[in-house]
Amino acid sequence: MSATFLGMPGNFPQNSALAVQDSQLRYNLRKATHTIRGKRATVVGELSDWAELRAAGKAIKDETLRHLDRYLIQLEEAVTRAGGTVHWARDAAEANRIVAGLVQATGETEVVKVKSMATQEIGLNEALAEQGITAYETDLAELIVQLGDDFPSHILVPAIHRNRAEIRDIFLDRMGDAPPDLTDEPAALAEAARLHLRERFLRSKVAISGANFMVAETGTLVVLESEGNGRMCLTLPETLISVVGIEKLLPSWRDLEVFLQLLPRSSTGERMNPYTSTWTGSVEGQDFHLVLLDNGRTDVLADEVGRQALRCIRCSACLNVCPVYERAGGHAYGSVYPGPIGAILTPQLRGMSSALDASLPYASSLCGACFEVCPVAIDIPEVLVDLRAKAPHGPAERAGMRVAGWIFNDHVRLAKAQRLAGRLRKLVPRRLPGPASAWTDTRDLPEIPAESFRDWWERDERA
Amino acid sequence: MSAREEILARIRRAVDGAPEVEIRRAYRTTSEVADLVRLFAERVDDYRAIVHVIPAAEVPARIAGLVGDRRMIIPDGLPREWAAGVPAGLHDADGVVTGCAVAIAETGTIVLDSGPGQGSRAQTLVPDYHLCVVRAGQIVPGVPEAVARLDPARPLTWISGPSATSDIELNRVEGVHGPRTLEVIISS
Repeated sequence: MSATFLGMPGNFPQNSALAVQDSQLRYNLRKATHTIRGKRATVVGELSDWAELRAAGKAIKDETLRHLDRYLIQLEEAVTRAGGTVHWARDAAEANRIVAGLVQATGETEVVKVKSMATQEIGLNEALAEQGITAYETDLAELIVQLGDDFPSHILVPAIHRNRAEIRDIFLDRMGDAPPDLTDEPAALAEAARLHLRERFLRSKVAISGANFMVAETGTLVVLESEGNGRMCLTLPETLISVVGIEKLLPSWRDLEVFLQLLPRSSTGERMNPYTSTWTGSVEGQDFHLVLLDNGRTDVLADEVGRQALRCIRCSACLNVCPVYERAGGHAYGSVYPGPIGAILTPQLRGMSSALDASLPYASSLCGACFEVCPVAIDIPEVLVDLRAKAPHGPAERAGMRVAGWIFNDHVRLAKAQRLAGRLRKLVPRRLPGPASAWTDTRDLPEIPAESFRDWWERDERA
Repeated sequence: MSAREEILARIRRAVDGAPEVEIRRAYRTTSEVADLVRLFAERVDDYRAIVHVIPAAEVPARIAGLVGDRRMIIPDGLPREWAAGVPAGLHDADGVVTGCAVAIAETGTIVLDSGPGQGSRAQTLVPDYHLCVVRAGQIVPGVPEAVARLDPARPLTWISGPSATSDIELNRVEGVHGPRTLEVIISS
């Protein structure tokens, strides 16, 4: 993942320390995550076979990843046969170049967009702007974020950090055609967005989307949405360009019977989202281009533990149950992928060379709630622990761990060390000096007992 | 090396030696629902769509009554007796009346596949009012039964209630870009 996205500039502990001081943000997030959590639990509880659907979802994604090369070729053939054109992009820059070229070939300088994580990941809007092409987000929350010069803070509800009064102010300030007497009623705000975007939909010649799923067997793309902006973009323009990560594949048409149950119930907590569109190649005379995006995904695939993150269907259930996300908010993660899934996806896609990315595997208490709700059973805590081991560690920590390893490796050494610690226990300060202070800044040093258990046992047995 | 060749080569290197996967489909692929019409009607109603359950013979009169003198899109292949209102084009219509391909009881979903009487995708999107007639025999219990009946080569639109958003404080608001009113007649 070559494009860097900056929500907040620091590492995760710094960002979250700032975020928790914003009481409005914490109130908005708490309200939103608790509402959606309850809705999800209700509709998941309705299905007696949820566990079996989840197991099948996991297996189908694992099968896709195991033979990803084969399925991608199959997809390419099916899309091409149905009149579409398939492009391959190694990284963000290549994908952006391809999309800009396709837009320029139409002679247009404006495009409408359906909410897409992949295009945010590659910074497509900014790249198009450099080529003189304006990209208009059409999802309500994305529109709020775009108008407010803001960053998305949630995968599904990108403006979750904004309340209705803030949204009204953004519309009045930045949306030229907002009625001056606009109230902060959600229905009035939605109506303003409807009117604002209607003309643009009818006028636009080029649309850009992502996709929730691609079916290798048939070449079909699938987009789930609520508002109808997706249908507008997918249906009305003469040219449709879809930018999709290579892991979004499913082997067969039948597999949708699993994912069209798992995704809506996990994401919006509905039995079904209002609109789902599927299309295969070029439909109703539309010119269709599919850009297949790697951008670090094959690096993730090469990691035996971490590759399970590629099963992710971007439902955001893990964000909504995470106690860390609920308090820190999405911006603290400094990535388009916030929350627990972001904490394992971002460091794998981008690497851990920056302080922010190296801090993300620690943005968790390892409570495991994310794993429990994940519809494709990604063991997020397992990957977090594995990434912590791979993250860069300071010289003091490395030296400390080496010494500890040497001591624990031999019971005679351990017994000697315990006796020494017991004798020196009065001399150990409550807070450690130097680099070790990072540990005691947030923890109490455990009290060292006068005698180890083993010494006590031996003495007691003899007596 | 082309991007395609390079990505495929990276994938092959990455998964080399990874274990094979067995997909077990232990979930329900068929369900027994005692009263499909009733369950479907309840679930559509949950989305705040308007639902009518009436005998087939009464459908034309009900459509005419609901549509009144609205300007309507009449899609190709629509049964003649379902046509009502003042015929109109895509950009000046108040509404559209259609049939459907399949309906799903468990989720309250209607699926359109652009077949006869279902219009183009734009025709069921641009007008503010969508009146959809579902025949009782088109209702299946669950998602697996629907997927099996549908043809992936056709463009599909799955509709579950009117257009909605929950983007503002997670309050569901009906009607953003798609039809703000969805009315469903179940013909039994």
